[in-house]
Amino acid sequence: MSRFLFPRWTNALLPFIIVVGATLPLYAAFVVAYGFSPKTIDAGYQPTQPVPYSHALHVGQLGMDCRYCHNTVDRAAFAAVPPTQTCMNCHTQIQRDSPKLEKIRSSYETGMPMEWVKVHKLPDYSYFNHSAHVNRGVGCVECHGRIDQMDVVYRYSPLAMGWCLECHRKPVDRLRPVSQITNMGWDQRVEMTREERESLVTLYHINPSENCSTCHR
Amino acid sequence: MSSSSDPSSKSAGKFSTKGFTETDNTQQPTTGRAPLVLNMHKFGEVTHQVCRVAENRPPMAWYIAFVICLSMLGFLGFCVTYLIFTGVGVWGLNNPVMWAYDITNFVFWVGIGHAGTLISAILFLFRQKWRTGINRFAEAMTIFAVVCAGLFPGIHVGRVWLAYWLFPIPNSMEMWPQFRSPLLWDVFAVSTYFTVSLVFWYVGMIPDLATLRDRAKGRFQQFAYGLASIGWRGSMRHWHRYEVAYLLLAALATPLVLSVHSVVSFDFAVSQVPGWHTTIFPPYFVAGAIFSGFAMVVSLAVPARQLFGLKDLITMRHLDNMNKIILLTGCMVGYAYSMEFFIAWYSGAMYEKFAFVNRAFGQYWWAYWIMVSCNVITPQLFWFKAVRTSIPLMFILSIFVNVGMWFERFVIIVTSLANDFLPSSWDQFVPTWVDIGTMVGAFGLFGTLFLLFCRYLPMIAIAEVKAVMPEANPHAEHAGHAGHHGDDHGAPSGAIPALREPRSAESSL
Repeated sequence: MSRFLFPRWTNALLPFIIVVGATLPLYAAFVVAYGFSPKTIDAGYQPTQPVPYSHALHVGQLGMDCRYCHNTVDRAAFAAVPPTQTCMNCHTQIQRDSPKLEKIRSSYETGMPMEWVKVHKLPDYSYFNHSAHVNRGVGCVECHGRIDQMDVVYRYSPLAMGWCLECHRKPVDRLRPVSQITNMGWDQRVEMTREERESLVTLYHINPSENCSTCHR
Repeated sequence: MSSSSDPSSKSAGKFSTKGFTETDNTQQPTTGRAPLVLNMHKFGEVTHQVCRVAENRPPMAWYIAFVICLSMLGFLGFCVTYLIFTGVGVWGLNNPVMWAYDITNFVFWVGIGHAGTLISAILFLFRQKWRTGINRFAEAMTIFAVVCAGLFPGIHVGRVWLAYWLFPIPNSMEMWPQFRSPLLWDVFAVSTYFTVSLVFWYVGMIPDLATLRDRAKGRFQQFAYGLASIGWRGSMRHWHRYEVAYLLLAALATPLVLSVHSVVSFDFAVSQVPGWHTTIFPPYFVAGAIFSGFAMVVSLAVPARQLFGLKDLITMRHLDNMNKIILLTGCMVGYAYSMEFFIAWYSGAMYEKFAFVNRAFGQYWWAYWIMVSCNVITPQLFWFKAVRTSIPLMFILSIFVNVGMWFERFVIIVTSLANDFLPSSWDQFVPTWVDIGTMVGAFGLFGTLFLLFCRYLPMIAIAEVKAVMPEANPHAEHAGHAGHHGDDHGAPSGAIPALREPRSAESSL
């Protein structure tokens, strides 16, 4: 009778199979939890922009306020990307012939807007209001990082739902006085005591909602 | 009575019902116990009778049934794809009736599975020897039924690609299922049930897979069965560990018979909807599950034993016992129906009373009365032995029970939702062709899996059946060879086994 039994060498596979079988679920969980996380796949996104505009130069060295260009940020849900005219407020006087600004000048002349590449994208099904945050003590740097040190802007935060909830559940350390809202180099964790930060919660009536319809309207 | 004669002559002998000749072993003989294996004297004959199904080309009826089931499965695939690409709106669901055919089918299929677990686990622990003839394919039925059941919650969520949200997996949304919801308990109950049933079924099948491996002619069959039987050689140590593992798995599976359908009933009982919010639901659902499951086993066993020539292994006694269980659980279900009405009246709760009167006389009165006539009246016919031992009658009645139990779930789910507290939001559920196609298709999925199982795997637990044969009794006349059930050809040639079994004190249903 010819019967199939496992050949002797397969015994050597047994510990391997057991180890793989035991660790594979853990490995899969690890890969999904970290590999597929927006921290891994979305944070650090740094597209090349049509014009090499440097935030490090304009904000960091020249000290321009965020709101000079993104002027709707404290009045509307959406932080406006400035029109070419905003650039030309200065660049009709400064660096008038710079070859780097060629596209800006032609946009100004033709009236065709610059096609900036959006870095911070939220899905359509999530609602976010910049003004609600900016006017109540959440500084620009909390979410966008040290823009004043970025030559080319990259996505500093994962913008994952868990990341939003982290702050909504424990907002105290993220709050600063509205007077310092655009100050990139200022850190409330250093400049303020815990009591002072906690007093901001009452001052700004911070009571962040965590229910689904807060963001998924 | 001579013990060396044809075993069937022990009892009343042969009798004929409506063209089917059957051996009657339903009577308990005055000495010993009724034979559970007929017309076979040697272990090798059992092996041959079961293995030849997997080894030879199946009968033409198998091909016809397979083509039908496969077409139904294909239609299921079409309906599910259409649903996924279009949305759950293709079903007839509406605002009050947000559960209808989907959850009806889910509960129906989960319920079907329960008979397999009851036969394989509870009857094993209670040493009911007649389980051996039917446990293997009843367990297979369980697994395929749970596969069908698992399909429906998966597709009724609408966004199928988010179905993994059912499980508590750490994720970047920091979002968890609602642990206080019975719907989540259901996910755990059903997935545990599936896992344990699958392991139990597979472990029990290992010795028989080894038998198929040893008999296989083709190289591929030898390898495939060899791989599946994970090196089983039938040594005493193998058997010892197998028996221990099997007993432990039976103990593990036993609470699941009660827990799974209890948790399924919580999906309804934990809510506030009149007609759902009742404490009788867990036992009532479990009884109903076993009722429907046994009906399905009978519906499958009757054609299977006919088609594959297994009448000597799935005997009239097995069928008679199953019909008795159908009668018992049918009475429990009937009691639960009447108790629901009693409590609706006795509670004095106006909504509860309305819900039940509405079931019987409201817009779905026809569904209610189909349910009552199939589930309460049908099984009462099994009081008569002539009905219990009539192959055509038991087949028809078991189909009635299946229909009735499907309607039971439909009545519970749809009538309660369609007419709840607020008359302004009342509506009617009308199934669409996708609803019906998905329901029919699930039967195709079930049938396809079951037919493949019949074709390629040992339909009957060969090793276990041998253990209930007289030859296995060490005190029988040929004691020297007995009890060695690992060896397929160990039966002494020409031996005439004694049918006498001295320890007849053990219970036998």
